[in-house]
Amino acid sequence: MAIHMSHKLSRSTIRLTNSPAIVASAAVGGKKEGEGPLASCFDILCDDTTFGEKTWEKTESRMQKDAVNKALEKAHLSTADIDFLFAGDLLNQCISSTYGLRDLEIPFLGVFGACSTMAESLALASLFVDNGIAVHAAAVTSSHFCSAERQFRLPLAYGGQRPPTSQWTATASGAAIIANDANGPFVKEICIGKITDMGITDANNMGAAMAPAAAQTLQTFFQDTGTSPADYDLILTGDLGQVGSSLLKELLNRENISILDNHNDCGLMIYDLERQDVHAGGSGCGCSASVLCGHILNEIRQKHLNEVLFIATGALMSPTSVQQGESIPGIAHLVHLSSVKWA
Amino acid sequence: MKPTAKEYDKLNQQASKNTKSYITIPKAFVIGGLICMLGQAFIDLYQHFGVEKSVASTLCSVTLVFLASLLTGLNVYNKIAKHGGAGTLVPITGFSNAVTCSAMEFKSEGLILGLGAKIFTIAGPVIVYGLAASALYGLILCIIRLF
Repeated sequence: MAIHMSHKLSRSTIRLTNSPAIVASAAVGGKKEGEGPLASCFDILCDDTTFGEKTWEKTESRMQKDAVNKALEKAHLSTADIDFLFAGDLLNQCISSTYGLRDLEIPFLGVFGACSTMAESLALASLFVDNGIAVHAAAVTSSHFCSAERQFRLPLAYGGQRPPTSQWTATASGAAIIANDANGPFVKEICIGKITDMGITDANNMGAAMAPAAAQTLQTFFQDTGTSPADYDLILTGDLGQVGSSLLKELLNRENISILDNHNDCGLMIYDLERQDVHAGGSGCGCSASVLCGHILNEIRQKHLNEVLFIATGALMSPTSVQQGESIPGIAHLVHLSSVKWA
Repeated sequence: MKPTAKEYDKLNQQASKNTKSYITIPKAFVIGGLICMLGQAFIDLYQHFGVEKSVASTLCSVTLVFLASLLTGLNVYNKIAKHGGAGTLVPITGFSNAVTCSAMEFKSEGLILGLGAKIFTIAGPVIVYGLAASALYGLILCIIRLF
């Protein structure tokens, strides 16, 4: 299919010459997400946080499977049509992905980028399609508040207080199917982030740990492509929340890059911060995945948005590294989405 | 210019909201105080029924531990604690909550390696250092009494 190969603009930025398209996407959400401002954007919402499963891990696996199946249904494809599946999540050894997707029998590549996984898997799937290695490729990720809490923090029923900088792990999943197609949204460019660590050690302030990574990736992308924030309708970060978003603006401001007019953050969109008591905003792989797959891609399909930069951010720590006093490295991968193909 | 780690820490502190201690401290005081009042009420009640004071105190602790554990199981204790803070953490009820919530959480990994092994995940350090401290003070008291 592919006539041209992807074109490497720099060490980090790759132009996808054939503009692979996201032919279908689906978002799955839990109870709290169904009470949020983006409720109508989810394909599947479940009032029961367990989705009828026995453990939180099973629930999260089930959400990924549901998201992939729904996206396949919307694309009028079956699992046999998908050449490669890229997936990952937050749980140890990425068990939500491996257990959730084991029955699908699709060649599988597990990825871990913490909460940046949606951008990472989407970038890889798009690269495979752009270079003709896959006709159809899929990207999926998820997070669940309850499975994340028990792994990274404390038991759910523990009577503790969350600091104002803490974020709420979204119970959500998002899946996207990529193929060469005449209709968008199209993936035009990707920018792979570098691991960035500014010495933040507070696991209750992920936004601050990830903001420098997002700033660095954005700056690199603008430099490599010769564009500026004004060329885009929306610069959408993954889950920086309130603290991380304000730090990102400040960091970019120091480089004379202003994103004040067109920046938003999935973590600030998925919940009503005050009413839903989520402190600094939403987080988790599923946060950016569901906002992208459920809301933003539709906005691009309807041409309400034309040029969008999606930068999912991840905090690459584990409970062990935090307990050992290590700082939290951040990462941010960028995917440039558009309603029009490369000319 | 890219900030240094020190400069970034400063920026972070400016961007991060602090807890509103003028709200949280009075709330912790009132809720913690109410738990203690409830405890006193149980002591008075047990004494009213002719129980000796020292036994009534023990019964009061048992009652509070039971109630906190029950409320944890009903998913109510964490909702009170969200407002109570140290007011719900410091009394014996906080200890009960810490044990019960761990038992509930890790039941899915089985009764032995899950519930049994992880029941003291949060409360364990309190027991370890509580016992160590009492042994140390006992030893000090022993030595002082020699003279």
